[in-house]
Amino acid sequence: MYAQMVKSTGDAVKSREEMSDDERHFQDKVDANIKVEPRDWMPDDYRKTLIRQIGQHAHSEIVGQLPEGNWITRAPTLERKAILLAKVQDEAGHGLYLYCAAETLGVTRDDLTEKLLSGRMKYSSIFNYPTLTWADMGAVGWLVDGAAIMNQVPLQRTSYGPYSRAMVRICKEESFHQRQGYAIMMKMAQGSAAQRKMAQDALNRMWYPSLMMFGPSDKDSVHSAQSMAWKIKINTNDELRQKFVNETVPQAEYLGLTIPDENLKFNEETGNYDFSQPDWDEFFEVLKGNGPCNTDRLNARRKAWDDGAWVREGLLAHAEKRAAAKVAAE
Amino acid sequence: MAQVDQKALLEFVLRQGDNTLVLGHRVSEWCGHAPVLEEDIALANTALDLIGQTQMWLGLAAEIEGEGRTADDMAFLRDAWDFRNLLLVELPNGDFGRTILRQFLFDAFSAIYLPLLTKSADPRVAEIAAKATKEVAYHLERSAQTVVGLGDGSEESHARMQEALDYLWPYVGEMFASDGVDQAMAEAGIGPDPAGLRAEYDALIGRVLSEATLRIPEDSFAHKGGRNGYMHTEHLGHLLTQMQWLQRAYPGCEW
Repeated sequence: MYAQMVKSTGDAVKSREEMSDDERHFQDKVDANIKVEPRDWMPDDYRKTLIRQIGQHAHSEIVGQLPEGNWITRAPTLERKAILLAKVQDEAGHGLYLYCAAETLGVTRDDLTEKLLSGRMKYSSIFNYPTLTWADMGAVGWLVDGAAIMNQVPLQRTSYGPYSRAMVRICKEESFHQRQGYAIMMKMAQGSAAQRKMAQDALNRMWYPSLMMFGPSDKDSVHSAQSMAWKIKINTNDELRQKFVNETVPQAEYLGLTIPDENLKFNEETGNYDFSQPDWDEFFEVLKGNGPCNTDRLNARRKAWDDGAWVREGLLAHAEKRAAAKVAAE
Repeated sequence: MAQVDQKALLEFVLRQGDNTLVLGHRVSEWCGHAPVLEEDIALANTALDLIGQTQMWLGLAAEIEGEGRTADDMAFLRDAWDFRNLLLVELPNGDFGRTILRQFLFDAFSAIYLPLLTKSADPRVAEIAAKATKEVAYHLERSAQTVVGLGDGSEESHARMQEALDYLWPYVGEMFASDGVDQAMAEAGIGPDPAGLRAEYDALIGRVLSEATLRIPEDSFAHKGGRNGYMHTEHLGHLLTQMQWLQRAYPGCEW
């Protein structure tokens, strides 16, 4: 899940009586699971919230290239190098579909990029954590992509057509990403003592940041209700987090790794695992810019954008010359 | 086939595989840092093709060597003096302009050379060349277009591309500096002597660089020492340090 704490209206969900005719018609359509398309009427706040959500998701894909890109040149075999490169390239592709989906709402990719680089738009907190060993490539695929899938699978049914269609394609690739991550973890967990140590260390560092990906607890989540009424958010943060924990615990057991939570245990009554909450103070610090890698991540993106300015301008100048020559020839 | 000098054949195959390995590595360094999203994706594609070609070439090299090594052993466990890639491909990326121009200079050679290798007397060589030829035709189309766009773009992009060409030009001649290995391959019908391909190469790059309004330097001096392993640049050691680190630090592991 790459969109956290997306600001919605901040108000309670409007009742039918408070809605205008347009709004009622719109809500009926959403309730009937009819997709909203770019040319359809939509409430301004729906549009704004979606731009924030899709934009944040797109930014997360792009910034998310960096922690894994950190290991492409150090991948241990030719096959691993190719798989990792293909995976990080997929993330860039996801960013591209999502920016395109956001553009159907009346913003430009350049505008969204500018907001990311100036810090006015966010990306997922998870990408502000470092990747320190090769096992992190496994843990990121297994846990981070695993958590992303929890949220993105339901979003295939989201009310906004272009977002929903982008998500269908993204989910197919994400499930491959998660499997490749788990495959790395298997090799590491079954490998030498040093490899097992790397695998456990990666799980220790990535576990709580992965739980944070779902956003704060429902009771502290002020923006959810309206987004859920609009079906741009399908499940609550706590539901998704619980589902993730339930699915991940047996996978860790299979690997012979220990989840770093003394309170983790299966609850016969609820059928769920009980688990410790992550440190939410740390989460809010990361969102404020105080995570271990916030500064470096944003600087890397700024550098890529600034260093590339001459390339974009040069290619544009060439295209303009071509167009002018074509006009002159006609 | 029996009379082919296996040592020369191994050298020849390593030259192909080391070129694609080292260039693929360099191009992969861009992932996540390119000037625009579409270029990021395209560069990753190119790197992926090159890594795929490497797996085939170095797999064949290991087979010819016959000591039970794998393509990965060849990539991750040889030292700099064993590498047979052109100096051109190990040079640091520089800016995007230098990266794309280096790609173009290499693609132009491959686009001429690989189709000839598809007629190789060694079917294993012919098979790899057949697959790589298709990929390289696309790489050339893309790198040539981008070189033209940036060369004949803005004042700044033109200046940067000219600077890149001036920097890279002394590394072009090595592609055609053939030796006994090339002669042995030519005699055995395995691959053409690259020295004979220069005119066609000059014509191809001449067309593109002229459209890009770039001036080819007059000095024909060529740095050599990569394809015969005599003397690489200082850059290769750093590249290998990074690429081979895990395999060296944790020997004998499966990944």
